[in-house]
Amino acid sequence: MAKRDYSMLGPDARRAVENGLAAAEWYHSEVPRKEMKALMARSDAPAIRDTVILFAAMILFAGLGIVLWPGWWSLPFWLAYGVLYGSAMDSRWHECSHGTAFRTQWMNDAVYQVACFCIVRNPVSWRWSHARHHTDTVIVGRDPEIAIMRPPAFVRLVGNFFGIFDAIHGWTRMILNASGRLHPEEATYIPQSEQHKVIRVARIWTAIYGLTIMAVVLTGSILPLMLIGLPRLYGAWHHVMTGLLQHGGLADNVTDHRLNSRTVLMNPVSRFIYWNMNYHVEHHMFPMVPYHRLPALHAMIRHDLPPPNPSIAAAFREMWPALLRQLRNEDYFLRRDLPATARPYRDDFHAAALGAAE
Amino acid sequence: MPNWIDACGTDDIDPEDLIRFDHASQTFAIYHAPDGAFYATAGRCTHEDVHLCDGLVMGHLIECPKHNGQFDYRNGKALRAPVCVDLQTYPVRIEGDRVFIDIG
Repeated sequence: MAKRDYSMLGPDARRAVENGLAAAEWYHSEVPRKEMKALMARSDAPAIRDTVILFAAMILFAGLGIVLWPGWWSLPFWLAYGVLYGSAMDSRWHECSHGTAFRTQWMNDAVYQVACFCIVRNPVSWRWSHARHHTDTVIVGRDPEIAIMRPPAFVRLVGNFFGIFDAIHGWTRMILNASGRLHPEEATYIPQSEQHKVIRVARIWTAIYGLTIMAVVLTGSILPLMLIGLPRLYGAWHHVMTGLLQHGGLADNVTDHRLNSRTVLMNPVSRFIYWNMNYHVEHHMFPMVPYHRLPALHAMIRHDLPPPNPSIAAAFREMWPALLRQLRNEDYFLRRDLPATARPYRDDFHAAALGAAE
Repeated sequence: MPNWIDACGTDDIDPEDLIRFDHASQTFAIYHAPDGAFYATAGRCTHEDVHLCDGLVMGHLIECPKHNGQFDYRNGKALRAPVCVDLQTYPVRIEGDRVFIDIG
């Protein structure tokens, strides 16, 4: 059993390049060009509607939270505001980083900037990091966005439901970048020509947080932090809950998203918060299909994919035991059966990784 | 020195779309712009070597199907991260119903 090294600068990173796993050609289901063009076509309307709803709900919930502050009756409104700030902004960050949410580019960019601030991800660094995630999805040493490493660090996973580790990591990185420096790993995927932008954004954010903290001191109340900053902690649980399911317990070091990604059917509220990223196999296979067309894409290619998990609870029931098992055996992962209508997994191509599955 | 190659028919590409054309171990992308003009560029994205033929043409932009990098296919200019390097372009000539590109 080989110990995995998730560093972008370590031996697994070198091995991935040597084995042809870096920037490899990935499997994708067949979709006729005409239909794929229709699926990829951009539209502003769905994202404008969803964005108006999102920001209106945030203003409403925050307003009620302020009016009822500091009474206990304000709590449910802060919890609702927090989920929109600390979780819905994760999916807005994601979809707008792909540039697929809106047809109009400045709208993608505007929502992207706001979402990045809320979720504490530098808009420049994370654009590059996410590009790498799509190039080398769950390739150890190449993908900087692997949420569940092996063996799983449960304290970290549970802590992140309250933003404990990743938000604090985001703020720490912000301070580092604001001081004019990049982390050595960031330099592996952010071109030199873009690096000054990382530092500029970090300095603007640091100033905003500085003003917020000053407002706390001047008013003698944590209310300003309830609006800016803290919701990243108390509202993170939903995006962590859905995000862990994306790849958790599945294969690593393969080039078929059916083996390393999970599609989960979800309730409409979670789908609004998550902007349909529950169709995660479909998203990874065809990242330029906008979120509002993913259900249609799913219907078109489901014959070629493992059956989706029927609910969030069912997906956790599948994933959690696999994670526990990975504590004892890092090489263990879930291999889902394909329907008879699907093109089979390329076992010869994935032999090294697939050998450990049952 | 010009080296004109017969790449495809004008009817082979829908308006506002592209096709892949392979020739002598090189791969190209041939575009049919919404205004009826034809253009040709290198076939792979300058960012991660992905074939552009699966991407989306929007007006005079081609979007890489993997990472949303965008180029103006008329002049190859890289317009949106993660693409930073311009795309090689090739002269195009129409003869009858055929599209020729000069691969030099």
